[in-house]
Amino acid sequence: MAKSILVYVDHFDGKALPASWEALGAAQQLNQKFAGEITAVVVGHQKREIAEQAIAHGAQRVFLVDKEGLNHFRPEPYASVLSQILRDSEADIFLSPNTGRARELAAMVAVDLETGLSPDVIQLVLEDGVVSATRPIYAGKLFVKVRCADCTPQMFTLRGRAFPKQEPAPDAEGKIELVEVAFPEPVTHVIGYKESESGVSLSDAAVVVSGGRGVSNNPKLIAPQDITDEKEKEIWRAQQGFKLIQDLARVLDAAVGASRAAVDAGYVPYAHQVGQTGKVVSPDLYIACGISGAIQHLAGMRTAKTIVAINKDVNAPIFKLARFGVVGDLFEILPELTEVLRSKLGK
Amino acid sequence: MNIVVCVKQTPDTAATISIEEGKATWGDAPLVLNPWDEYAVEQAILTREELGGKVTALSLGPEEAREALKLALAMGCDEAILINDPLFESADTLIVSRALAAGIMKLGEVELVFFGRASVDSDSGVLGSQTARRLGWPSISWAAAISHHEGAIEVERMIDEGRQVVRSSLPAVISVVKEINEPRYPSFMGIRKASKAEIPTWSAESIGIDGSLSPAVTWPEMFAPQVKSAECEFIAGQSAQEIAEGLADRLIAEKVI
Ligand SMILES: Cc1cc2nc3c(=O)[nH]c(=O)nc-3n(C[C@H](O)[C@H](O)[C@H](O)COP(=O)(O)OP(=O)(O)OC[C@H]3O[C@@H](n4cnc5c(N)ncnc54)[C@H](O)[C@@H]3O)c2cc1C
Ligand SMILES: Nc1ncnc2c1ncn2[C@@H]1O[C@H](COP(=O)(O)O)[C@@H](O)[C@H]1O
Repeated sequence: MAKSILVYVDHFDGKALPASWEALGAAQQLNQKFAGEITAVVVGHQKREIAEQAIAHGAQRVFLVDKEGLNHFRPEPYASVLSQILRDSEADIFLSPNTGRARELAAMVAVDLETGLSPDVIQLVLEDGVVSATRPIYAGKLFVKVRCADCTPQMFTLRGRAFPKQEPAPDAEGKIELVEVAFPEPVTHVIGYKESESGVSLSDAAVVVSGGRGVSNNPKLIAPQDITDEKEKEIWRAQQGFKLIQDLARVLDAAVGASRAAVDAGYVPYAHQVGQTGKVVSPDLYIACGISGAIQHLAGMRTAKTIVAINKDVNAPIFKLARFGVVGDLFEILPELTEVLRSKLGK
Repeated sequence: MNIVVCVKQTPDTAATISIEEGKATWGDAPLVLNPWDEYAVEQAILTREELGGKVTALSLGPEEAREALKLALAMGCDEAILINDPLFESADTLIVSRALAAGIMKLGEVELVFFGRASVDSDSGVLGSQTARRLGWPSISWAAAISHHEGAIEVERMIDEGRQVVRSSLPAVISVVKEINEPRYPSFMGIRKASKAEIPTWSAESIGIDGSLSPAVTWPEMFAPQVKSAECEFIAGQSAQEIAEGLADRLIAEKVI
């Protein structure tokens, strides 16, 4: 039976989030099973370019909503627009990336349509004509299969990097339909925005190099004399350690992550934190340096394809999850590793 | 100002979770107030300290969930209510959001509702937005700082790309992240007060929900993640350089990089 799939394209500051193309990739995988139709939805103001990109990434059709009042994302009007589109198009399946915005939007739309939502899905399969989803619960300690047999539409938000991103095909064809939908005046107003200081997009990164409390543990490093406070000395040492992490990250085009211990101690900003109370990442390669591997940290990175751990302590739990391990001092290993990789990768 | 904070009881995050008869179990590990909700409780209390009023902690859950509500009282909430009914046994977020919204309406004249960012058991992070939608109130998620201005609030929110400032009228629903405050420990007096407090139970009927409720979403199967069978391959060597060479060679040979 043919089914129609609607894919929400999340965007910010004029740019589509790459995770949206993963949702289109997931739609294509599903569509091989039931040869339906894939429609992308782009909501905002003057976002035709994003609609065109959606076609290049595999959408057969795009519903484009273009209204000045939708310039800034606000969940309430966006949800009203999306609910109306889902009602009118009678879509069977709704997919979106699991970004903060898109998840909130999906949550509200599910209420409007009284339908079930599975957030943060890592796998979708077709079982007896119904899509069944797998998602982690208890911080990834368990997986659960989620079923929503009588739901229309079935709604899923997809974990970043769990589904293959479609490479754009510039000659792909599809039509863009301008859709008129009424929405309520938003009662909240966006009045300011500060870009995060880090500039890393941990969730999209193919390689992540992370540091933990161990990055401050180098007694040989003597802080400059004007730093007298013990705590500040420790932070200074940690900054030297994080420089080594950043050097390695640069050679690997990687994002920099951190454990909560490193964040709480003030070594790096929270935006870098990986784990249950930080970001969840699924890179191809995760290099954990001076991180013990507490369960809450593992919650954020256990789905990485290959994990490398560098730690002084052979009994650190991180080695249980790691594919490759180095028992040693990160202050000795990291500079060498960066140099070796720089020459081997020709950088 | 009437303030509500919605809280859930969850297993401790350090608990080992396994599956027994198709259900998740955590052995003897303690049940706690969902760690994210501690920030929501703290923020509710801080708001009352600034503006006056009353804070009610609201939870939908089994009888045991009273313990989480007691902790909220011990921290300084004024009242607590447990929504408990066999009808809610296999409730999904659609049903829970309906019940929480109904509970909030029953309390009456509520101006601010606080939620945590997510429950650490179901990891869904949707109930704040869904409850707001049911109430028809604005939802401001991932709040890291809040300031009050005569019937309006200004909230600094964490978003994936940085921080955004949003202004909203009241009533509103706010979910908080850990940057917003440092949750206090319950005081000795608070614990004593909480142990004596009456926590009323509201049934489904008492909040106007009746008939049969069937969840849209079911969890027919749970399983433990596959334990990686590959043992860790330790890279050794005479010097740091030799180890680095060895590791780089293995990563390249395995096509990891
Ligand atoms: C509710 C809750 C939520 C949490 N959320 C998170 C979260 O999101 N993310 C997170 O990471 N944690 C989280 N935690 C904290 C978690 O439990 C751990 O405390 C934390 O992950 C430890 O960080 P760490 O591994 O850097 O530090 P430690 O456990 O102190 O480990 C440091 C490691 O560095 C090694 N080391 C020291 N010096 C060197 C050196 N010179 N070279 C090499 N190795 C060295 C040591 O052998 C040790 O293994 C949470 C905890 C709770 C209770
Ligand atoms: N059963 C419940 N009763 C009251 N509040 C809840 C309940 N479950 C979740 N919440 C609140 O909703 C937030 C998000 O939960 P969730 O959507 O389940 O991840 C939590 O941090 C709590 O503040």
